[in-house]
Amino acid sequence: MNLDVLTHILSFQNFGELVVLVRNSIFAGALLGIVGGLIGPFVITRNLPFAVHGISELSFAGASIALLVGVNVVTGSVVGSVLAALLIGVLGNRARERNSIIAVLMPFGLGLGILALALYQGRAANKFGLLTGQIVSVDNPQLGWLLAISAVVIVTLLVVWRPLTFASVDPDVAAAAGIPVRSLSIVFMLVLGLSVAVSVQIVGALLVLSLLVTPAAAALRLTVSPIWVPVLSMVFAVVSVVGGILLALGGGLPISPYVTTISFAIWLVCRLVGGRREKRRPRRTTVAPTAVAEKVAVDA
Amino acid sequence: MSEPVLTLRGAGMSFGERTLWAGLDLDVRPGEFIAVLGPNGAGKTTLLKAILGQQDLSDGTIEFLGQPVRRGHRKIGYIPQQRLMESGTPLRTRDMIALGITGHRWGLRRESRDERRRIDALVDEVGASTFATAPVASLSGGEQQRARVGQALASQPALLLCDEPLISLDLRHQRGVTELIDAQRRKTGAAVVFVTHDVNPILDVVDRVVYIAGGRFTIGTPDEVLRADVLSDLYGTPVDVVRTMGRIVIVGSTEATAIGEGEHDHAHHHADADADPEGPIR
Repeated sequence: MNLDVLTHILSFQNFGELVVLVRNSIFAGALLGIVGGLIGPFVITRNLPFAVHGISELSFAGASIALLVGVNVVTGSVVGSVLAALLIGVLGNRARERNSIIAVLMPFGLGLGILALALYQGRAANKFGLLTGQIVSVDNPQLGWLLAISAVVIVTLLVVWRPLTFASVDPDVAAAAGIPVRSLSIVFMLVLGLSVAVSVQIVGALLVLSLLVTPAAAALRLTVSPIWVPVLSMVFAVVSVVGGILLALGGGLPISPYVTTISFAIWLVCRLVGGRREKRRPRRTTVAPTAVAEKVAVDA
Repeated sequence: MSEPVLTLRGAGMSFGERTLWAGLDLDVRPGEFIAVLGPNGAGKTTLLKAILGQQDLSDGTIEFLGQPVRRGHRKIGYIPQQRLMESGTPLRTRDMIALGITGHRWGLRRESRDERRRIDALVDEVGASTFATAPVASLSGGEQQRARVGQALASQPALLLCDEPLISLDLRHQRGVTELIDAQRRKTGAAVVFVTHDVNPILDVVDRVVYIAGGRFTIGTPDEVLRADVLSDLYGTPVDVVRTMGRIVIVGSTEATAIGEGEHDHAHHHADADADPEGPIR
């Protein structure tokens, strides 16, 4: 590889000064990591990775239209993704039905976004930023938005954590126990829409999956503990975003390739480690049913 | 006699022209084991949905613990068909059982010491100690059903609703899970309503049978209901009940598969799942 390209990709000139300049972005990135890492395990157990991708395209459409008509881009992005999330949540009850609805919505959203961008006369950097991520720049009002939305997502998830877990792994049994499975599903789609909207601001619509799915998928290769999965997933996501922002500083390139590469590398390592552990684990011997039957008989 | 746990009065269920059952009167007492039998599409699962308040009756009433049924209930333990959990489900066996106690709770409060003890006791009781920390996705069908029984028992239910919980288990595990449910209803006094297409695995523990077929039903002890004359009358076509090697085999003279008893029926049941108006409980 040409050395110039390499130094362009990884440059640490004036690193200390730059870090101070992008303090906001690092803060926003860490917050985003927490949101993505926390919601990721639910996205996987509820079989929604494709929905995340679909929502992000409509989020892009909303943001582009907002850019064109000159209103707040975050608002546009939130409106687009929440609308998409609710549509998918209400119309797509079964996985197959849901996937085709997403596949219908996604190109429509993308097309709408491209139209809005083509009509937009402003700075070109803003255009691609929405699709592929920003060159590090989060200003103060934008940070305020991200903070508020992330707080809503995190608090909501923590409140509904247990019923949502039950409803996600076993909807029939949860419904029988009187858990409001349907309402929880709508609430989840709402917070998913919000999470996608904030992620689009940093990594761009095309790369949201690297924050909302990859870290959780990596964590699930290592453990199935209901405590460690979200914790690891959050750590992985925060490392990916903050690491990506820091590495991107010198080169003046978008942060998204750095974020996606770190996130992918973590997943790869977890996969290898997880696979090796599974091989090493001795085969679990199943309990002899007669012994159990006797035990139950004694208990009774 | 103690108050019934579940009371059906004049209960009927119709879809348009088609009546699944009508005029169903039933009192289920604490500790009673009721088997709901009948061919596919007879309305067995729909009856469970009605008890869970997920499907409104066309006629009559259902009361659970003296109250009209509502959508789901903490005092109902529901044990569905075995369905293998996908790998990547972030739960271990113990966590799955614990959801029966903490799964309805908002917020993140940890299990209390008392609850932890109860969960440990349940893990022990359903014979899940050896796989308590194993990922649920790695469980065999029989192990998973034990965990489900534990989960259902966790809320100290007054009623256990079982929807074909033995399907696709081998005979050994069918017996194990049946004995587990039987022992628990004797110990806790929970009534059991057990939907199945094959009565044989539970024949020894059943108190009464509700046999639904062709829009009609018969209720009684297994000896009263599982007889050639009774079932011929119910089906409106000659049916023979053969007792052989401790098993009951119900054979129709014309269309044996329509009656749907016995093990050969498993494949038939799955193939029909889509056409079946009942479907799994949602």
